[in-house]
Amino acid sequence: MSKDQGRVVVVPCSGIGKPSGSVSREAAYELCESLRPQNTELVALSKLVLGDAATHETVARTPCVAIDGCQQMCASKMVKKSGGTVIHAVAVLDAFRRHRELKAEGIAELNDAGRKLARVMAEELVETVDALGSSGVAKGATHV
Amino acid sequence: MRPWTPLAHREWRKGQLMSEGPERKVGIIACSGEELAEGTVSRLAALRVLDSLRPHDTVTLCLPLFLAGGPDDRTFARHHPTITVDGCDLRCAARATEMYSKKPVHSLVVSELVAEERLRKPEGRRQLNEAGRQAVELTAERLAALVDTVISKETHVSDGARVAGASARRKKGGDSCSCRSGSAV
Repeated sequence: MSKDQGRVVVVPCSGIGKPSGSVSREAAYELCESLRPQNTELVALSKLVLGDAATHETVARTPCVAIDGCQQMCASKMVKKSGGTVIHAVAVLDAFRRHRELKAEGIAELNDAGRKLARVMAEELVETVDALGSSGVAKGATHV
Repeated sequence: MRPWTPLAHREWRKGQLMSEGPERKVGIIACSGEELAEGTVSRLAALRVLDSLRPHDTVTLCLPLFLAGGPDDRTFARHHPTITVDGCDLRCAARATEMYSKKPVHSLVVSELVAEERLRKPEGRRQLNEAGRQAVELTAERLAALVDTVISKETHVSDGARVAGASARRKKGGDSCSCRSGSAV
């Protein structure tokens, strides 16, 4: 069994202009630091933009979860451009549509609703990480 | 360095209007690297400049838009003189900006600033420690100073072009500007 089997790369939006960018980042941290630190690896989008060889290799050989902050969907697009497979893409706007009570505000510092929305998104992503961990095989791309 | 004051800003705006040129703002591009605390420093320092220190003189673009966005995004650095802020010596923001748009006029690297000022290493990419918060302040101040430098040069260039034209009608030659931008006065 390779060291990457069952592991998931998590790529959040790196936006600094909107609260939704901060929510995507917070969701990634929640997933990678608090909920599933053993099975996940956070990858900075800027390295994919630069074309860093080691990061490209990691993304290409490991199933990826993309967390997008806006309709530009930079995280999903960059994973695909880097030769990676997005097994699950989530968008903050879609999550907000399902949880209208959680309106994120603040960029440098998210409000409570924004942090809760990030937590909800991370918890939803745990299912994907766990499913991959138990099967070890990506089942194909999905978008929630 | 020309310190920012409301009066200085009004003078700059007046200069922009009198030169009949488009309003030029300085583009700030942060690496925003999510893997490192220094990336968080770069992002928060850029936000501090954009929101509080130099809100009227700066604009930003998310780095991934150079590839994930459209042609307008890729010409960002041609429309705006840019300053990049990177967390580490990989310098993703500076190199990608040069690769996809145009070379930044200045670039800062947080880890280098921290070493230069002998601050403790920033920790906590999600929630910065005290050293990280100090690094944000330091980086934001350096960034704001560089914004002032760029704007000062741009103002002198546009003012210089007008004044130089009038001066040339009166006499040949002349002194250069005290800001050392090389503009004729």
